[in-house]
Amino acid sequence: MCRVVDLQQAVLAKNDICAHELRAELAARGTIVVNLLSSPGSGKTALLEQELLLARRRGLPVAALTADLATENDAVRLARSGVPVKQVLTDGLCHLEAGMLGAHLEDWLPEDTRLLFVENVGNLVCPASYDLGESLRVALASVTEGEDKPLKYPTAFGLAQLVVVTKMDIAEAVGFDEAAFRANVQQVNPGVEVVLTSARSGAGAGLLLDRAAAVADGAEAHLPVMAHRTDAHHSHHGGGELHSHEGGLLHAHPNAQDGDGHSHAHAAGAATTARAHRP
Amino acid sequence: MHEMSIAMAVVGQVEEAAQAAGATAVRSIRLQVGELAGVVPDSLAFCFELACSGTVLEGAELLTESVPGRARCGPCADEWAVGMPPELCCPVCGAAAAELLAGRELQIAGVCWEEGPVPAPTRERIPEER
Repeated sequence: MCRVVDLQQAVLAKNDICAHELRAELAARGTIVVNLLSSPGSGKTALLEQELLLARRRGLPVAALTADLATENDAVRLARSGVPVKQVLTDGLCHLEAGMLGAHLEDWLPEDTRLLFVENVGNLVCPASYDLGESLRVALASVTEGEDKPLKYPTAFGLAQLVVVTKMDIAEAVGFDEAAFRANVQQVNPGVEVVLTSARSGAGAGLLLDRAAAVADGAEAHLPVMAHRTDAHHSHHGGGELHSHEGGLLHAHPNAQDGDGHSHAHAAGAATTARAHRP
Repeated sequence: MHEMSIAMAVVGQVEEAAQAAGATAVRSIRLQVGELAGVVPDSLAFCFELACSGTVLEGAELLTESVPGRARCGPCADEWAVGMPPELCCPVCGAAAAELLAGRELQIAGVCWEEGPVPAPTRERIPEER
C-alpha cells in the first residue's frame, strides 16, 4: 500500500540545529565566530594575516581556523601572526558544516578566545548554505573579480552581514567601479555595510577586527533581507488555509496543492511533523 | 558542489522517517527548492540517485518543485517576484524588502512510501503440490 506522507522537514535542519547549539555554546564562554566567504584568491588569507596581527597588538584574544581542500599553506601564513591557528583539510569537500567546525574546536580553541575567524573554503556557492554558528558572516570580493560578483552569487552576498572589498591598491589599474559594485550589493542585500581594504597598502586595516569586536561586545549585526525569511515557520502545503503568523499577519498560502484544509502551527526550522493522508 | 551533501541529507532524513514509520520502500520524494537556495536541481537529481543506492530509498523518484523568490515591502506592502539575480529593494518605493516570503526553501515536503503489512513470503511448494 502506497502512502503519501506530509513530512515538511528542512533539508539542512541538522546543520542548522548544530550551528544554533554551537553559537550558544560559544556565546556562553564569550566567543563569537566570524565566517569569511569568498572565491579562491580574493585575499581572505592576506586580510586575515593583517587583522590577526593587529588583534595581537591590541591584546585581543583571537584565533583562526582555515579550511582548504589541500595544503597547510594558509595555516603557515596565518600562524606568523602568533595567534592560535588551525588548518582543516576538507578532503575534497567544498564547504564547512557546523558539526565539522564544532569537532575541530574541541580540545583546540583556547578558552579565553574572543573572536574566532573561520576562513571557509574558497567558494561562493556551497559555503553560503551552511550556517556555522557564526555571529558575523563576511563576504569578500577583490577588485579584480568584477562589479557584478554580488549578482552572480546572490546567496553568498545576500546573506553577508559585512562585505569587504579587497586589493583596493590596484582598483584604479583594473578599473574597479566602486559605485556599481555598491549598487549591486544593495540590490541583493539592502543596508549591508561595504568596507574597502588593501592588505598591501594597509587601507582599511582593522575594520574587520573592529566590526567583529563590536558584535562580540553585543552590537547588533546587520540582518540581511535574505536571512530574514519566514519559511522556517511558513511551510507550503495544505489547501488554502490561513496561518496565523507572529505579529498577527494573516494571509492565504499561494501554492495550494491539495484540498485537505488542515490548519496547524509549525515549529521553527527543524519541524518534523509527519502527518499522513491517504490519497 | 554541495549537491551530494544535500542529497545525502535528504536520504538520511527520509530514511529515518521511513524507519520510524515502518515504511518498507520509498517510491517518491517531493522536494521544494527555492530559487535562492543555491542548489542546482539537475545536479541534485544526479547525486540523489547515487545517494539512494543501497537504502530503503533505492529507485525512489525525486520530484523537485521550484519555489520562486518573493519579497514584501514594509512601507507600501507591495509584494513582488524578486527574480534572478534577486531585486530585494521595493520596485515601488525603493525601500529594502521587509522580508523574503519565499525563495530559500530546501524542504522535504512529502514522501510516498510503502507501508505496513509486509506481504508474507510465498513458501516454496512442497513436491506433493506439483
